[in-house]
Amino acid sequence: MRPVRFNINPKEAQANTSIGMANTPAGYSGEGFFATQLSSVVGLARKNSLWPMPFATSCCGIEFMATMASHYDLARFGAERVGFSPRQCDLLMVMRTIAKKMGPVLKQVYLQMAEPRWVLSVGACASSGGIFDTYSVLQGIDQIIPVDVYVPGCAPRPEAILDGFMKIQELVGKESIRRRNSDHYKALLATYGIE
Amino acid sequence: MSLTNNKIKEKLVQKFGESVCGFEENYELLTFEAPKEINLKVLQFLYDDEELNFQFMTDLCAAHYPDNIGKELAVVYHLHNLKDNIRLRFKVYTSIQKPDVYTATQLFSAANWMERETYDFYGVNFVGHPNLKRILNVDEMDYFPLRKEYPLEDQTRLDKDDEMFGRGGTVV
Repeated sequence: MRPVRFNINPKEAQANTSIGMANTPAGYSGEGFFATQLSSVVGLARKNSLWPMPFATSCCGIEFMATMASHYDLARFGAERVGFSPRQCDLLMVMRTIAKKMGPVLKQVYLQMAEPRWVLSVGACASSGGIFDTYSVLQGIDQIIPVDVYVPGCAPRPEAILDGFMKIQELVGKESIRRRNSDHYKALLATYGIE
Repeated sequence: MSLTNNKIKEKLVQKFGESVCGFEENYELLTFEAPKEINLKVLQFLYDDEELNFQFMTDLCAAHYPDNIGKELAVVYHLHNLKDNIRLRFKVYTSIQKPDVYTATQLFSAANWMERETYDFYGVNFVGHPNLKRILNVDEMDYFPLRKEYPLEDQTRLDKDDEMFGRGGTVV
């Protein structure tokens, strides 16, 4: 028998231990001023306030719901606000099988997002077609849109999705603010036929 | 039970003679075939006859038999007599070189989408169909995926090692 555990010894909430603080970026500080690179401040702000756009077609979407809910709580990472309009969102989270007929829809959603935008591919099907090695299923969403982070699994547990999300945060935090204007980035988009 | 399989068979043979053939009863489901030229006549007869009353089309599909030379594609009609609660299966065969079969849309509205689906997956050309175009697959698809000569797997992938899937061959 597993003992039933009641919360009989509640832990007092303490602001200094239970609230995570972002580390100050490297820079010069003195009395009344702090100087650092613009890109690290922008990166810090962006990575801790990502707005996800869930594009969930089936079972990985269920895992994503668990990830959003109170137990795993994606909101801890500054992603409290799940937007259902691509125009307001920064992060496209594609969860599970994208059929070939769905491909143009997904691409349209990606195109509607404003720069800077990131893409997280959740699950084996979104990443590679997974078990659906068949004529009707897109063999990985990277055939139509660029992907930043892949989360493997069928379906991945919420921990894995959180790990993928943290990898995205890492990318976002380190990204140069000029990357999206670079020729390299434009060439990358051009390979997908996106201007 | 007023209507039996034997009765249906009798009436069909009486009306169409030698043309309807291949009668069999699998799990008490009457199945028979007819030349594709008279498919509408048979369906109309089954629909109009006072005793038969097969006025509900449950399903319409096709099957591909590559070894059945000259009769590679079978179009199968599943009909239901709601009054006596009897079902039957009616098949017509066509060659894959000229897969023309008359459309049943004038008789059954339900046949519209099902014929589109059959066209989509097997390429059966339903003559007289009001809107014969793909319904489930992408419009750009240039083959009929459920015909046996096409492998199930997506052929555009270069990174899959067939050995890992028990099919032999290696990634070059």
